[in-house]
Formats: sequence, structure tokens, C-alpha cells
Amino acid sequence: MVAVMLGRVVAGDVVRPAHVGAVTARDLTLIRSAGSYFWLVLSGFAEPLLYLLAVGWGVGSLVGAIPLEDGRSISYQAFIAPALLATSAMNGALAEATINFFAKLRYLKHYDSVLNTPVTPAEVAFGELMWATIRGALYSGAFLLVMIMMGLVTPWAALAAFPAALLICLAFSAVGLAMSTFMRDWSDFEYSGVVQFALFVFSGTFVPLSVFPEPARILVELTPLYHGVELTRAMTLGPLDSTSLVNLLYLLVLMVAATAVAARRMRRRLRR
Amino acid sequence: MTGISATPAVHGHGLATGEPVVRARSLVKRFGDITAVDGVDFTIRSGEAFGFLGRNGAGKTSTMRMIGCVSPPSDGRLTVLGMDPVREGASVRARLGVCPQEDNLDLELTARQNLTTYARYFRITRAEARRRADDLLRFVQLDDRAASKVEPLSGGMKRRLTIARALINDPEIVLLDEPTTGLDPQARHLVWERLFQLKQRGITLVLTTHYMEEAEQLCDRLVIMDGGRIVAQDAPRALIDAHCTKEVVELRFAAEDHESCADKLVGIGSHVEVLPDRLLLYTDDGDAIVPTVYERGLRPSGVLVRRSGLEDVFLHLTGRTLVEA
Amino acid sequence: MAHPSVAVLEYHLAGYRRVWLSTVASSLAMPILFFIGMGLAVGSFVDRGGALPVPYLQYIAPGLIAFAGLQIAVGEGGFPVLTNFKWQKVYDSMAAAPLRVGDMILGRLGYIAIRVMVAAIAFLVVMLAFGTVGSVLAVVTPVVVALVGVASAAPMFALAASVNSANAMAVISRIGVLPMMLFSGVFFPVEQLPAFVRPVAYVLPLWNGVELCRATTLAMTTTWPAFVHVAVLVAWAAGGFWLAWSRFRKRLGS
Repeated sequence: MVAVMLGRVVAGDVVRPAHVGAVTARDLTLIRSAGSYFWLVLSGFAEPLLYLLAVGWGVGSLVGAIPLEDGRSISYQAFIAPALLATSAMNGALAEATINFFAKLRYLKHYDSVLNTPVTPAEVAFGELMWATIRGALYSGAFLLVMIMMGLVTPWAALAAFPAALLICLAFSAVGLAMSTFMRDWSDFEYSGVVQFALFVFSGTFVPLSVFPEPARILVELTPLYHGVELTRAMTLGPLDSTSLVNLLYLLVLMVAATAVAARRMRRRLRR
Repeated sequence: MTGISATPAVHGHGLATGEPVVRARSLVKRFGDITAVDGVDFTIRSGEAFGFLGRNGAGKTSTMRMIGCVSPPSDGRLTVLGMDPVREGASVRARLGVCPQEDNLDLELTARQNLTTYARYFRITRAEARRRADDLLRFVQLDDRAASKVEPLSGGMKRRLTIARALINDPEIVLLDEPTTGLDPQARHLVWERLFQLKQRGITLVLTTHYMEEAEQLCDRLVIMDGGRIVAQDAPRALIDAHCTKEVVELRFAAEDHESCADKLVGIGSHVEVLPDRLLLYTDDGDAIVPTVYERGLRPSGVLVRRSGLEDVFLHLTGRTLVEA
Repeated sequence: MAHPSVAVLEYHLAGYRRVWLSTVASSLAMPILFFIGMGLAVGSFVDRGGALPVPYLQYIAPGLIAFAGLQIAVGEGGFPVLTNFKWQKVYDSMAAAPLRVGDMILGRLGYIAIRVMVAAIAFLVVMLAFGTVGSVLAVVTPVVVALVGVASAAPMFALAASVNSANAMAVISRIGVLPMMLFSGVFFPVEQLPAFVRPVAYVLPLWNGVELCRATTLAMTTTWPAFVHVAVLVAWAAGGFWLAWSRFRKRLGS
């Protein structure tokens, strides 16, 4: 009931959990059955791990320890690991919510058949949101396990960081879906890919934001991954304070706003 | 051509035959400045096979999409199964089956997975979905391809799978947009035969087509559409009787003298139509008038006497042939 | 009459002429973002430690220019080749014309070499702007990067001619390119790797290219004599060419 009402408010249309689940279930069927797609999804796991090894240990041995704002000093790999967790959540979510979603929307005419059923465009948007979030969550869950095994995070802190990663997945899935409804063709994704990569490099991922000049720092503070990185870092390294609350709110608002845009644009596009 | 007899996957519904299930009054669909459907009236009754006959761009697909509750009408009134397609769209769609013009199957899934995943959009339980999928695959004679991916299937197989998918929710009305366009004759006959079986089970079939043979074979009643409007509606035979003579004499000449030949034919039969490749001479008794053609000094390279059909009705009403030459 | 492979080269260049500026921008986006994000930002921490003989920004610049060559080569040698085989049948029509398989491969390799060189020159300008070029030998860097490109593209051709799905291509590119970028001495000396994985880096084309680029742009001494690094790259190019040649022939059924 709560979900239905929430859907109504956010999407401006009926959203029934059973229909959302059916949309997600189709994607889960695909990943179970399609061989090469399965490997593609799996290979996404390796990415943050490789960065952790190469940058965390490789570059880390050149860097030494990183001083935190509260005066503590931690190893470089412990510093970047939470940021890579946030990044893996973002990348996993965007992988589904951008190119794959766009292909289904524009080229495969997939939703034309779905919308001949009682399922509404808003339910399709929510279903895809769930699936993109699941993929992001799989990546971040696996990465958290690696972090635990490498002693970069305690199991309890990992448990606290997972919901934060989930929120990042939800927010970026919604952003990806909304963005895809505006895309004209594939070449637009080259630009969004560059932006995505820039977010990865500059969101305080590899260095504390304090080394950036003032204007760059303000710019970064406006972007979403930065808030994700701050949140996962606060969950794993501490401290949790009022800025963490700002990070949380930023991501929540982004998620709701982007979902609303995605659902409404889906309806405009598909019910003509 | 009947193939294996399959267990009926779809049963009749409680609706009394003949009750109106789709009712359109002054129905209009506009896309920007273009008016695709320009004020049409029709009533489809339960249990009948109802056809929209017309060339590409006549407004058939737009009408179908409005009936299917995926495209809101721009003006006029439309009820489907007694409900409003905009406000109660989801409830209506739950009782419809749709077979679109272009197959939009899930290419990466298997034939069976296409049906089971689709079933979930109708809140059909997994077990029931599997049972129905197997029944329907048998019905469309694809049970041996159940585990095959869709991509390698032939055009006819894909179309049959799309029809099976349209039946997964045990619909009361099945909408078929150009069900056999692009299929070879053998595949087309197999589809027709399956659709005929559905009709016998009391399912209402609504189809668009530009094949007059399809319209004549399947439809109890049909409307002829041209330029977004309905130009005639009735049973196929009644349309032919009302708008045509019993027979047609097709005469072929060297193309350049078509107009002059037509002039010489004035007075023979009821009227003459000039087509790019032949002349059509309408009459109730073809064999009787063929000698007259020769008496007027004409030497056609080919003469064919046939019964008139929907093609001729269409030509008479719109001045154009049904399938673009 | 010009060699047939020149015709293939011209075919590819005809399309490239229209889009070259945007392709340079998109293929340099990742290296330049790393250059600033890692070189300047992370560099400020690395330089405090003083573990490297040169500032970090200077250290990674030649690595990134070599990586740009690898990235373009893998991008152009992989997916488009598969597309040409599978969906557009460009090679089938080429094979129907009096073209030999070798000409097709040679023509496309030439095209990739030119693309890589254009991108390398652009990156060199960026390096100059940041003052990270320390040797006049830098002028030959684009040629070295082009060699890295050819050494990576040729085996990529063979791979693209062997797989059948776009997803498989994406998986191979991902598990091939990323580790090579991260562990070929672009961001940190290969000597820091555990001894048992070091030899893997040594044989890969990127590390040899990075070594050569450090020599040309910073006048640093290479790990092995320069001609050995060049020889490794040439071996990759030649071996890749031979493999691609046999895979193309098989795929085109000749």
C-alpha cells in the first residue's frame, strides 16, 4: 500500500509492486540464460578490484599514508577503498540504466510489447530501476566482501556501508534512466561516459578534496558521486556527522527527482 | 494443413455472442498536424472476426492502438469491453491479446521464456504460466522449438510465437495488426488456420490487413478504411454484392493503348477501370461479353474472367488498388 | 598503381576525415582526466614521498600517451572489425573485389597508426602545456605510440575475427585493457609488482611502449636497451598480423 502510494506521488501514475517485479523478473531471466551477457556482468566485478590493487597498493606505496581531516592518518588503500565501493555502485547501476535500457527503449521496441499488458510506463521505469539497482548492489556487495577479506573494513562497518551503496545504486539508476529518455542516439553516450569517468576520478576518490583549489572543490561538491563517496567513507572510516546527513539527503532527493522525471518521460514517450 | 491437433489452450468466455465489445463513435487520432484517424464509427461484437481493410497509412494501426489502450484517442468516444480505454486502460489490457505488426519478441530469450516472462505482466503465477506456455506452444506448433532462442526462428515461427504470446492471458479479444504480412504463402495459411480455430472457440478477433484474401477468409464483417475514414462496412460478401457486379473481365494490352482501348469498351458491361497493367471490365456475365470485345476490333493479349472480390470493392470505392503496385 | 592496401587505407580515412576532431577528443578524454586527476592531485602526495626520480605528473604523462595508443587500437581493432564482419559485411564486399586478406589488414592497420599518431600529437601538446616534456626526442613519440597501436591492434583483429557476439567483445576488451593499463608501469614502476607477475608486464606491448615513451619525452634510460623494446613491439605486430591473416581467411572462407 505504501509502495503504491509512493509510486503514485513520485511517478504520477499507478505503480503496483507485482508489475514492477514482473519487469525486473524478465531481466533476471535474461541474465540467467544469456551466456556472454552473464560474463559481461561478471567482468564488472573485477574493475574496482583491479583499481584497488593497482592504485591502492601500487600507487599507494609511492603515496604512503593519507592524513584525514580529524588528524588520523590511514593507509592509501583504506582511503580509496570506500570510494571505489561507491564507484562500483554507480558503474553497475549506470551500465544497466543507460546503454542497455536505451537499447530496449529505442531499438528493440521491447516496451511496446510490455505496454500492451496491464503494466504501465511508470511500472516499467520502476522495474528497470530495481534491476539496475540489483546489478549495482551485486557489484558493491562483492566489493565489500573483498574489502572485508583484505582487512580494509570490519564486517560491522561493511554492513553499515551496504545500505549507503544501495542508495547510490538507486540514485544513479534513476539518473541513468532519466538521462536515457533524453538521449538522441548512441554517440550521446560517449559524452555521458566521459562525464561518468570524470566523476570517478574527481569525486574525492583518490585524494582528499582539500588538495583541490577552491572553485574546483565547490564544483565537485555539487556532483552526486562525491556525496556517495563521502557517505561510504563516513560509514567505513567515520566520523558520521551532520555532513553525512547532507550527503544522505542529497542522494535521496536526487533519486526521487530523477525517478519522477524518468517515469513521466516514459509515459509521454510510450503512450502516444 | 491442419497439422497436429492441440489441446485447446483458450476456452470460450462468458460473453454472449453478439454483444458489443468495442464501440467507437466519431473516433479521431491526431499526431501534431496529421490526422491519422478522422472520425470513425464502428461496433465490434463478441465472437466475431472484425477486419480493417486498407492500404498502408489508412489509419488502421492507429485505430488498433486506440482499441489496445496504448494510444489515447484525440477526440470522439471509445469503449472497449464496456470500459474507458484511458481511465481503465490497465483493466482493459488485462483482457486483451495483442499481436503487433512487427514482431517485438525478446530475441535473447527462448520461445518458452518469452511466454512465461510475458505471463508475469498479467500476474499469472509461475506454475500456471509454465502450463499455459506449454499448451500454447503446442497450439502454434512450436513445442519442439520451446528451448530455442527466438533469433534463429523463421518469420512464420516468430509470428506464431507472437500469437501465442497474445493468448497467454486467455484474452476475450485478440488484436492482430497485419498478422500475415511478410510471410510466405505456406506460413500464411498455417497462421490463418490457427486464427480460424480461435474464432471457433468464440474469441473476438480484430485484425487489420491489406490482403483481400485474408479479409475474405477470416472476417465476418469488415470496414474499408481510406485516408483515416471508413468508406464502407459490412460482411465481405455483402460489400461485394453492394458495390460490384458479379464478375470481372481482366483484359491485358500493350500498356500504351490502355486509354484508347478503354474508350472503345464504353457500353460493354457496367463500367471499366483502367489499371497500369490491365483493364477491368465489370459485368454480371463475363463469358457473355468477351466476344463483344473482339467485335469492337480489340485484340487483348490476355483475357481472364473471374468473380469479383474485395479488391474490386476497394478499387471502386477509393479509385486505388489495395496493394501498391 | 598504388598498392591495394592503400585503397583500403583510403576507404577508412574517408570516414575518419569527417569525425577526426571528435574522435581525438573522445579518445583523449580518459588519458587527460587521469593526467590531471592522478598526475596533479595524487601527484601532490606522491611528490612528498620523493620515491620517483621525476615529479609524478611527468612520470605518468609518457605512460598515458602510450596508453592512449593502446586504447584507440583496441577500440578500433576490436568492435568495428566484428561489426564489419557480422552486420555490415564490409569485408565480404572487399573480398569480392580483387583484394587480398593481407591488404585489408594492412590497410586498416595503417589507418589505426594514423589515428593513434594524431591523438598522440594532441596529447603531446597537452604535455607541453603542463611542462612535462623534457627532451627534444619527444618529436618521435607519436611514431613510438603508433607502434604500440599497431602491436595491440593486430592481435585484436585476430580476436575480433574469432568471436561472434558484441557482449563477448566487450568482456575481452574489459579484461584485456584495464589490467594492462593498471599494471604496465603507467602509474607506478613495474618493479613494485610481485616478482612472479613482473614477467607478464614485461612481455605486454604497453609496458615496452611506456618505457620507450619515457625515454623519448624525459630522456630516462630504458630498462632494457631501446632496440629490445622496439623488437618486442614489432614481434607483437608481426605475430598479430599473421594470426589475424589466418583468422580473416578462415572467416571469409577462402
